[in-house]
Amino acid sequence: MATSGTVGVLRTVRGGPVAFARAVGFLGLLLAGVALLVFVVGPVLLAATAFGHIMQDFLRRGVDGMALGGQTGRDLLLGIIGLFCCRFLVPSALLGVRWLGMATRTLSGQWCGVPIASAYRPEPASAVPGRRLTYKERMNWLLNDAATWHDLVWLAVNAVVGLALLLVPLTLVGVGLVAFIIPALRSVGLLHDLAVPPPAFPGNSQSVIFLIGLGFVALGTWSAPWVLRGYAGLARVVLAPSEQTALELRVMHLAQTRRETLDTGAAELRRIERDLHDGAQARLVAMGLTLDAAGRLIDTDPAAARALLIEARDASARALAELRDLVRGIHPPVLADRGIADAVRALALDSPLRVTVTGSLPGRPPAPVESAAYFAVSELLANVAKHSGVRAAEVDLRYSAGALRITVRDNGIGGAHAAGGATGGTGLRGIERRLAAFDGVLVVTSPAGGPTAVTMELPCALS
Amino acid sequence: MRVVIAEDLFLLRDGLIRLLEAYGFEVAAAVDNGSDFLAAVRAQPPEVAVVDVRLPPTFTDEGLRAALTARTEFPGLPILVLSQYVEQLYARELLADGAGAVGYLLKDRVFDGAQFTDAVKRVADGGTAMDPEVIARLLARGDTGEGPLARLSPREREVLELMAEGRSNVAIAQRLYVTERAVAKHTAAIFTKLDLQPSDDDNRRVLAVLAYLGR
Repeated sequence: MATSGTVGVLRTVRGGPVAFARAVGFLGLLLAGVALLVFVVGPVLLAATAFGHIMQDFLRRGVDGMALGGQTGRDLLLGIIGLFCCRFLVPSALLGVRWLGMATRTLSGQWCGVPIASAYRPEPASAVPGRRLTYKERMNWLLNDAATWHDLVWLAVNAVVGLALLLVPLTLVGVGLVAFIIPALRSVGLLHDLAVPPPAFPGNSQSVIFLIGLGFVALGTWSAPWVLRGYAGLARVVLAPSEQTALELRVMHLAQTRRETLDTGAAELRRIERDLHDGAQARLVAMGLTLDAAGRLIDTDPAAARALLIEARDASARALAELRDLVRGIHPPVLADRGIADAVRALALDSPLRVTVTGSLPGRPPAPVESAAYFAVSELLANVAKHSGVRAAEVDLRYSAGALRITVRDNGIGGAHAAGGATGGTGLRGIERRLAAFDGVLVVTSPAGGPTAVTMELPCALS
Repeated sequence: MRVVIAEDLFLLRDGLIRLLEAYGFEVAAAVDNGSDFLAAVRAQPPEVAVVDVRLPPTFTDEGLRAALTARTEFPGLPILVLSQYVEQLYARELLADGAGAVGYLLKDRVFDGAQFTDAVKRVADGGTAMDPEVIARLLARGDTGEGPLARLSPREREVLELMAEGRSNVAIAQRLYVTERAVAKHTAAIFTKLDLQPSDDDNRRVLAVLAYLGR
């Protein structure tokens, strides 16, 4: 009991300075936000005021009364500068605003224990493939995204209410240091060079002044965690996406994954059709012809007929072998028989790598999830064999928190990216896409020099 | 020789019965599911059983599981498992008890009646009959260059491969165009390199195959 109490106290004591440092961090973000706000709102205001002036001039004096050399010329110049900034500065500034909003969301979760969901619309593809987005496309995307407006409102709220909150601990500590502690130290002969006026309590001894300063600092530090929590709460109120936005994004995600799933399904069917047509079907036709020839020869040349029959038998064996391979590619038999855990073990046995499989599952996921997971593992192991430069890999399977988690790890050269790159990026992207149909995600950690770990997480219920 | 057959496809079951009877086997029972198979084995253990991996009612690995159950109830009961496809995982499970008398073949092998009945006899006699495809897929993994198998010479590996398929020294000699004595020399070298104690030859052959498949 006593020890846990001590630990608690220690944690509180340590929590103060950490929270204080984090408050300073948030203040930094706040200042950056104010600067960005100037860049976003400034050009718009500048252009609006300048052209407003020109309009006023025009209404008051008519075209003849305006002179480019005088006030109107200056307004025109300012207006053009404003428009110029709107064109070239505002999109980047808006991206910055979104980045700050995202940073606040993340840090609020990591530093204050108040996670805030994010709901940004993904950057759309350009109308011309491979080109950057045009100004219009970019602005459309940014301004139609509710999250951008949340972020802008947050910057404004943050600049007023957030600042007031953050300043509480900062001011307390600042006053304690500047007004009490430093003068106290100076008067006992330390810190000569600081030109700070003596403390405002004449007659008190230096140590009392020092202690008062310490009290201020302690109060400021102690208040920091509370202030931080309040600050994160404020951020949550402003930044959390509305239910509608969340639903809109969900619908967008579902529509996209559905389209991709249908495309993959159709492509797969075409491949199977082609394989059957070129393989087993062709062999069966050839077999029929051979058998027919054997039938014609059986009376006149029994030896030749026998040879043809043997040929037909071998052709049937080859057709079977091809069908077997095809079935393996569609739905591997072990997967159907035993489920994903044993199917991964079978994969490990067939892989050219030395694969260690660990973990187990308390039940079986739904068949489509198993199939997606199986082919993902199969492709990941093939990637390891092709790109990692090592001959060993580890696969770990488990089920926790309502999701099937499979990790494929190797000690190879690393440098694999989901987004693309030298080492099988498109492959990883393809896996990611197929898992997305099940709301699955793929996390790749692969620093240059390795090791590489790819974890897939598929939410599902076991049966 | 008394055989029990478990195969759910009527045509194949019928074909197997006719084939085995044509080669002088006595088909004691031919059933179409796992529980009937176990009942038939329990009623009177046959000299060898031929079982399809995929059987009703689950149409998964029902047959394999029935075969493994029968093996635990009757240790060393010779069983030849037939399947539309072969899996190393299943081969290992069949071989795991180390008692031998196990076969695992693709259904296509039935096409060659003489070879197939040969394999059935080998299994009945306590040997193994692994499908060449199991071996081929093992070899496709390439050489990892570790373990006692790395000590074998290429020729010894070849002999071991054929041994794993379940071939006798005579058959191996024919396949490799060498004398039977040369094969005997190779097998002796294999046993030594795999640290297999001298015991009866059949048992050592099974153990060598296990070492090969079990790496």
